[in-house]
Amino acid sequence: MARMTMIEAIRSAIDVSMGRDEDVVVFGEDVGYFGGVFRCTQGLQQKYGKTRCFDAPISESGIVGAAIGMAAFGLKPCVEVQFADYMYPAYDQLTQEAARIRHRSNNQFTCPLVVRMPTGGGIFGGQTHSQSPEALFTHVCGLKVVVPSNPYDAKGLLISSIEDPDPVIFLEPKRLYNGPFDGHHDRPVTPWTGHPAADVPEEHYRVPLGEAVTARPGTAMTILAYGTMVHVAIAAAEETGVDCEVIDLRTLLPLDLDAIVRSVSKTGRCMVLHEATLTSGFGAELTALVQEHCFYHLEAPVARVAGWDTPYPHAQEWDYFPGPARVGRAIRDLMEA
Amino acid sequence: MSENDHLSLHVPEPEVRPGGKPDFSKVEIPEAGSVRRPPEDAKAEDIRDLAYSIIRVMNRDGDAVGPWAGSLSDDQLREGLRHMMTLRTFDQRMIMAQRQGKTSFYMQHLGEEAISCAFQKALKPGDMNFPTYRQAGLLIAGDYPMVEMMNQIFSNDADPLKGRQLPVLYSARSHGFFSISGNLGTQYIQAVGWAMASAIKQGTAISAGWIGDGSTAASDFHAALVFASTYRAPVILNIVNNQWAISTFQGIARGGSGTFAARGLGFGIPALRVDGNDYLAVHAVSEWAANRARSNGGPTLIEHVTYRAGAHSTSDDPSAYRPKEESDAWPLGDPIIRLKNHLIRRGLWSEERHKQMEAEIREEVVTAQKEAEKHGTLHAGGKPSMRDMFEDVYAEMPPHLKRQRQQAGV
Repeated sequence: MARMTMIEAIRSAIDVSMGRDEDVVVFGEDVGYFGGVFRCTQGLQQKYGKTRCFDAPISESGIVGAAIGMAAFGLKPCVEVQFADYMYPAYDQLTQEAARIRHRSNNQFTCPLVVRMPTGGGIFGGQTHSQSPEALFTHVCGLKVVVPSNPYDAKGLLISSIEDPDPVIFLEPKRLYNGPFDGHHDRPVTPWTGHPAADVPEEHYRVPLGEAVTARPGTAMTILAYGTMVHVAIAAAEETGVDCEVIDLRTLLPLDLDAIVRSVSKTGRCMVLHEATLTSGFGAELTALVQEHCFYHLEAPVARVAGWDTPYPHAQEWDYFPGPARVGRAIRDLMEA
Repeated sequence: MSENDHLSLHVPEPEVRPGGKPDFSKVEIPEAGSVRRPPEDAKAEDIRDLAYSIIRVMNRDGDAVGPWAGSLSDDQLREGLRHMMTLRTFDQRMIMAQRQGKTSFYMQHLGEEAISCAFQKALKPGDMNFPTYRQAGLLIAGDYPMVEMMNQIFSNDADPLKGRQLPVLYSARSHGFFSISGNLGTQYIQAVGWAMASAIKQGTAISAGWIGDGSTAASDFHAALVFASTYRAPVILNIVNNQWAISTFQGIARGGSGTFAARGLGFGIPALRVDGNDYLAVHAVSEWAANRARSNGGPTLIEHVTYRAGAHSTSDDPSAYRPKEESDAWPLGDPIIRLKNHLIRRGLWSEERHKQMEAEIREEVVTAQKEAEKHGTLHAGGKPSMRDMFEDVYAEMPPHLKRQRQQAGV
């Protein structure tokens, strides 16, 4: 067992996977010699050589397109898109190629591919380094979508993703790389040190895809969250004194519907929380599922708290970000509804 | 400098439109045998001239001449003729089947048969093509069963792809034929990735990417060339320049560049331009590129210069955008007639044997079609089950899809 930040846990997952399976290859912009702009692949080129961890040209469609060809060959590429905001040139390759190859070839060709990308804001990244595009992936049949919220899960989920026989979009909340950020941007940064989920085994282990976890047990209402918002939800629950049950979804596709239904049926109230923009966000899907499956348990309409439907701003970052104050107000409103 | 006091936008136009007289006088056709054959390890910068010429082997008299001649035996040439004739007959039968409502859609190869048929003979088992919809010759020349192709076209209950794909978007891993996407250009970079993987694993197999003149404008084309160049991937990057992208003439994608092959030069990739209607030339050039890739010499870009004599697909009428007589005016002739004449001139073939083979092939194709139709056609007889639609979206069906399948009642 070791103390790890999320960056170290991700690096450890890739390291362990490369060590166990020679077919795992890693490439992307700046990931080779330098080890990635967030340092997630630091030391891997030195350890595994230039043909298994290398720099790529600035071409996301090229990175993902080449990775698809490699996956069809039989390798297990784990590639990095430097920011989720940069993935759009690769969207065609991901949605119409990676996601479809198994089905359209009737299993002759498959695409065991992981595309890692830092997601979300909170680092003054402006509109091109802060986006949360998960709903653009959950809308695509054939992809799996994973968003970890802590180092232990990040490592176990990434190993599961690399070992998965299908393409996985692995979204890494960049504001969590170095600590369990709860939205209080004006307070000193809390490091992962001391957090129970920072105790990470150095060896191989898996956290299965498609299983949510209860991040905070409670009875008054259910908050469905993932990534950074898990920590925001817990902080808001503590600060309002409302006994919220926070469900960390961890995998958005396939979704652990049973865990959602179990919790909402128990609490009778549900809030859906994400940093991505509201309209047609993944929260819309969650809300629809909750009303379909829990309608007769609901004591109030499902509440949605999300980023505003504006581009992610620079100066107004903390007005945009759904922090503990906004979530707290919504919790009180939902209890009174 | 212009003396105009304002700017104007240049929108290229083809030489002629319907009603005009076909004019290919600007297509420069070098004499057969006149283009040099550099060593397979030549440096890209030393063979830049080959991106602007056209490598040709068969001359007007039907003789094979020059340094690119002689890559195939007599038997291989007769086999090549058979493959091209089979592909043409197959196309004719399937266009008829489409008109009879047995399938929704078809795309033929008329005039382009030499390219895929000859190219396949330069590959080895284990190599992988990433084709477009107009390279079925790779399957015919690779001895893939015609009846399987027809089952796919008819989306019947024996369709190897279970009715999931548009007709002619085949997939045949066993025959080195990657699943065709239907999106244009996307698979060019995948071919490069496949080749990179083969090199990473220190294997011996190479790959081949395929793209049309129109799709070279897509960003994936350029990504493919960058990656192929940077990592010296063992890949052959084929551009089939058949002059027309549906109704859009090749000048819209080519812009101010002299040739499509010349696109490779800026990437440091050796680029060869070949007479795509000359079976011997296509084979010789493909073999040159395959040998180069296999000996770790990296990628080669090949522009196959040809003409799409038929419609783009069963959904368009070329007389709406180009003169009807244009295909007869194409200066590089018909690939089947040219190879036939070459074989006759060498005493290896005759009109009689040709007619006899035509009859044999027709019989073979008709037999395959009868066999395929036993399994149904698009609107009649057996078809893939609704259950097949839900399978294989993932290796293991996730719970939400199981619920939907249940809702659908299967």
